Amino acid sequence: MDTLNLLLDGMANALTPQNLAFAAVGVLLGTFVGVLPGIGPAMAVALLLPITFGLEPTQSFILFAGIYYGGMYGGSTTSILLNTPGESASVMTAIEGNKMAKKGRAAQALATAAIGSFIAGTIGTLLVAFFTPSLADLAVEIGAASFFAIMLLSLVLVTAVLGSSKLRGFIGLFIGLTIGLVGLDLSTGQARLTGGVLQLADGIDIVVVAVGIFAIGEALWIAAHLRRTPLDVIPVGRPFMSRDDWSRSWKPWLRGTALGFPFGALPAGGAETPTFLSYVMERRLSRKSDEFGHGAIEGVAGPEAANNASAAGMFVPLLALGLPVTATAAVLLAAMRTYGIVPGPTLMADQADLVWTLLASLLIGNTLLLVINLPLAPLWAKLLRIPRPQLYAGILFFASLGAYAVNQSAFDVALLLVFGAIGFAVRRFGIPILPLILGVIIGPLMETKMREALDLSNGEISGLFNEPLAIFVYVLILLALVVPTIVSRVRGPVPTPATSESEVS
Amino acid sequence: MAATEAPGGPGTPDGSGPPRTEPVEVDRAQYVLAAVLALVGLWTLIDARGLTVGFGDPVGPRVFPYVIGTTMIVLAVILAVATSRGDVAQGEEGEDIDLTTPPDWMTVGKLVGILVLNMALVNVLGWAVTGALLFAGCAWALGSRTLLRDLLVGVALSVGSWYFFYVGLDVPIPPGILDGVL
Repeated sequence: MDTLNLLLDGMANALTPQNLAFAAVGVLLGTFVGVLPGIGPAMAVALLLPITFGLEPTQSFILFAGIYYGGMYGGSTTSILLNTPGESASVMTAIEGNKMAKKGRAAQALATAAIGSFIAGTIGTLLVAFFTPSLADLAVEIGAASFFAIMLLSLVLVTAVLGSSKLRGFIGLFIGLTIGLVGLDLSTGQARLTGGVLQLADGIDIVVVAVGIFAIGEALWIAAHLRRTPLDVIPVGRPFMSRDDWSRSWKPWLRGTALGFPFGALPAGGAETPTFLSYVMERRLSRKSDEFGHGAIEGVAGPEAANNASAAGMFVPLLALGLPVTATAAVLLAAMRTYGIVPGPTLMADQADLVWTLLASLLIGNTLLLVINLPLAPLWAKLLRIPRPQLYAGILFFASLGAYAVNQSAFDVALLLVFGAIGFAVRRFGIPILPLILGVIIGPLMETKMREALDLSNGEISGLFNEPLAIFVYVLILLALVVPTIVSRVRGPVPTPATSESEVS
Repeated sequence: MAATEAPGGPGTPDGSGPPRTEPVEVDRAQYVLAAVLALVGLWTLIDARGLTVGFGDPVGPRVFPYVIGTTMIVLAVILAVATSRGDVAQGEEGEDIDLTTPPDWMTVGKLVGILVLNMALVNVLGWAVTGALLFAGCAWALGSRTLLRDLLVGVALSVGSWYFFYVGLDVPIPPGILDGVL
């Protein structure tokens, strides 16, 4: 049980009083920011990135582990207590969770979400600990050509398979790839797309990109369409569950975990699909399936566990391959790079301590989340009433501060505004953000691998196809482009909250 | 995804306000987006042409930009065609977003103005001053009418965050005109 020993070592590193304090602060901050309406996990991590600038890598990772799970948990609280979901992964939780809350069962909905998240997160993190080392061992053998193919696969999956419009997905992806081009070409040192601006030569700081697109873009977009009539917030006491709730919840938790983890670990992008599948599965399996649509606890327990398990699963490709598959993972990857840590096959060998400490702190953060947040739920619910002008003013304040603090330069603040404008535009035109942000991060990696592969073959295009794994992945890419059209016919329309057209002024 | 085109039929009274994201007519703003994307693609291509490829370098720094720029132009053309066929953008949803109202450009304009002002002044006045103004200004633009309270909260936030970064994190944020006071 080598893995277990390493994990216990990591645990010992993470369990010093100081590190525990960081974990607790991370969990509280993450939940705080995640609960706030309008802020999803990716934005929470992006906004909180700057506060780790002065910390050691270990401590900042511990902080991030807390922020990450805290942000996820906060998001589910919001979707249960407000009647509109924030991000796509919470849509399913919101359907049943909000119905439960309206029936006076908010406490049970929050409890099953919190405990389900804890179970899914714990199992998921343990699975990460067991899978990542062996995958990393395999990944060391992978050549540049195959690596290029795998990155292409993940971009294709995220762009073409998820989301409603392939055209818009690809537009997002190529905006991201273009942003990724800006800066010096790594092997020849020539400036690309800098327009002669010296500050752009080093490339654009990913903190500025992420904060601009997630925070400024979102705040401006909301400002343009701010809901003038406040939403109903359902008051809640301390979460608890009856014996019956427990017996109805535990199986959905485990099934949700089983569905969520593989989807998170494969480069198939995020929790949308597994939460949907979990919801459908619970509705079929439940003995009280007539309760679905009116607040069935299984419909909260399953999707919420799936959501968190896939959030954990995302660490497998991130740590073993250096490949982010969700927006939050992309921001985390960027955060690691600021410490000179490059996730990927060699990370497990070079910085094993750090990885095990990170995994251990994910487990600790997850536990703290449960311990701290069950009693604090009524307090978090109050956050939903925060006046919107001050809330979004605060987001703009912290976003500007974060961008300014990177290099203490006003130029970064200007860039922040540019990316804010891009963030606004993509929301206006319904362009998905995930392909965009992954394009920024994965684009340069892909170019490096492509040139590595082609250098070896002296420019012959066959250099990209000379490994069996690469060819296998190209076959997968073809399948990924063909199969979804069939699946979407079988799967039927996804329930979405009703919008527009209902009222015409 | 293609919306049915409304053939200039009865009653689409478009009396007031900017165009809405509603499947009534062609989404003209998407043509602008397509044009911008095409220009970006073109610029990417032109920029890549100016790069030199070394002798021992079989691939060089040009290939990737060429692929990206070309695809961008193709996507822009497809978007323009789709738009002319009645493709309409579905704006992003969210907790505090009400897409049934027309966009409030006034508020967005005020916010952008305040953000630009912060950018222009932050090196002169320092974050502790501009940050407070930024917070109070944005809250005002978004409809808050408790100006004094917002200003006090803004000062607390900006001074607090300055100390947090400067002392707590060793990130030397310039004090600006408050040099010596903070």
